Amino acid sequence: MAYKINASACTACGACEQECPNDAIYEKNGLFAIKADGCTECIGHYDDPQCIAACPADCIVVDKSVPRYQA
Amino acid sequence: MQNPSAQTGMSGMSGTAAGAPASRRIIPIASAHSGAASAGGCSSSSCGSGEGPADMPAHIWEKVKDHPCYSSEAHHHFARMHVAVAPACNIQCNYCNRKYDCANESRPGVVSEKLTPEMAGKKVLAVAAEIPQLSVVGIAGPGDALANPAKTFKTFELIQQSAPDIKLCLSTNGLALPDHVETIKKFNVDHVTITINMVDPEVGQHIYPWIFHNHKRYHGLEAARILHERQMLGLEMLTAAGILVKVNSVLIPGINDHHLKEVNKVVKAKGAFLHNIMPLISDPAHGTHFGLTGQRGPTAAELKALQDECEGDMKLMRHCRQCRADAVGMLGEDRSQEFTSDKLDAIAATYDPTARQAYRDFVEKERADQRAAEAEKKAGLAGASEKALVAVATKGGGRINQHFGHASEFQVYEVSAAGAKFVGHRKVEHYCAGGYEEEEAMPSILDALQDCAAVLVAKIGHCPMKELQAAGIEPVQDYAHEYIEASALAWFQQRLERRQGATSLVA
Repeated sequence: MAYKINASACTACGACEQECPNDAIYEKNGLFAIKADGCTECIGHYDDPQCIAACPADCIVVDKSVPRYQA
Repeated sequence: MQNPSAQTGMSGMSGTAAGAPASRRIIPIASAHSGAASAGGCSSSSCGSGEGPADMPAHIWEKVKDHPCYSSEAHHHFARMHVAVAPACNIQCNYCNRKYDCANESRPGVVSEKLTPEMAGKKVLAVAAEIPQLSVVGIAGPGDALANPAKTFKTFELIQQSAPDIKLCLSTNGLALPDHVETIKKFNVDHVTITINMVDPEVGQHIYPWIFHNHKRYHGLEAARILHERQMLGLEMLTAAGILVKVNSVLIPGINDHHLKEVNKVVKAKGAFLHNIMPLISDPAHGTHFGLTGQRGPTAAELKALQDECEGDMKLMRHCRQCRADAVGMLGEDRSQEFTSDKLDAIAATYDPTARQAYRDFVEKERADQRAAEAEKKAGLAGASEKALVAVATKGGGRINQHFGHASEFQVYEVSAAGAKFVGHRKVEHYCAGGYEEEEAMPSILDALQDCAAVLVAKIGHCPMKELQAAGIEPVQDYAHEYIEASALAWFQQRLERRQGATSLVA
């Protein structure tokens, strides 16, 4: 997985969930999270990662704990 | 509402954010069907959205007559609720932030509890069971109704199945609107509010930092241009479909204040039905961009000056309360706390469509009766050249039925030979706040009512009565539980007669 949601800034609006082409975003305890093995950084789908472009709270960042996605 | 906006109220309702009782008006600008616009006895000076069936074409009246936000007469008799099923937004507005969890303020974009469509459907049934006045359910955010299309339309579907007598409406920033006009038609939504703050991207770039459109985030001028084009296309499509459109505009001094006259012209030409110009709310505590940069809101005088310039010879509706995205009840009140999710099942079980129909039948008769009573009193005033403002304490139903001390707002009517015209509401602190704060509330009440000649109430205590009299405002209890308009005119006629009596004594 290459992106993660900063839970302290997430407003749980779900804008990211409905844009994710991989259905890799899910609601957990009232907030949203990204499934590590589902995220493709939107490579092959769109020019920009959709969750980051859609997020009104700008709370989605690169998850440095896992390697970048390789198409 | 949708935009992440703290301001774009659906149709606006409940109180102002920080307690500033800034006045605001909804300006009717055109009839939805241009061909029929002047039918139905609509003369240039009396055509309006808020008034009686004689003031607009029959098919328009049929649509607005029970909608508290589109008809100021209806707002005495009918209630609305917003269901907060749409948290996501597809644009950023500088007057909005993404926090929407404060129960202590009332302004667009703010809710306390997000709902799923299923919970919303249940909540609507519960409110309909408890509040027979409920006629309209709107989706106004807290994000944008159409940035959450699946949730919004699922909610409409559920409401239509369980309570088909309820009208549906929604509010949007317009960006996604052209994609959904067909679906909006399918659900018989006949009222849509679009928040349009500019018709020039040069202006828009100072209001909208970015939009998310077609899988891409756009910034600056380009973002504003796309948003503008989509808003205009959406407005035209709705008008062509015969759907009534209200345009909300947030007045931002130094940014779009002069420009809103142009907005008014353009949306009117494109067939919008009402224009509601609202003051910017920019309290730094709300954490919005404008709040943090010190962008000020308009003064009441600036707002009024702009509204006057835009109104032309058209009548005004002035009952918008800029309400929350989860407001429940009559305009000016918010009973959302009575309908939190833990209580819904029990209340929803008592839903009874027969009782609701009975209430509608009653209102229909009551309104006809009120209009007749007003017409009779008006006839007695023919020829009078004076005018006066009268404040009224009412709990709804078009009657003077509230104790002075229990009023959290007074409705203000301008009385003259032309009749009793609703011109706005004044928010006040309760005089009776629990026994010992009365002394503190009174000066602000006097201030709020300082331009009124009288205040018509169901009842008033001795002390506040004296204070009102000392301030030159006549407290009147003679019309307790009577119709507002007819009573205001009857009081006015008595006042004229008393004056004439005094004059002839002097002579």
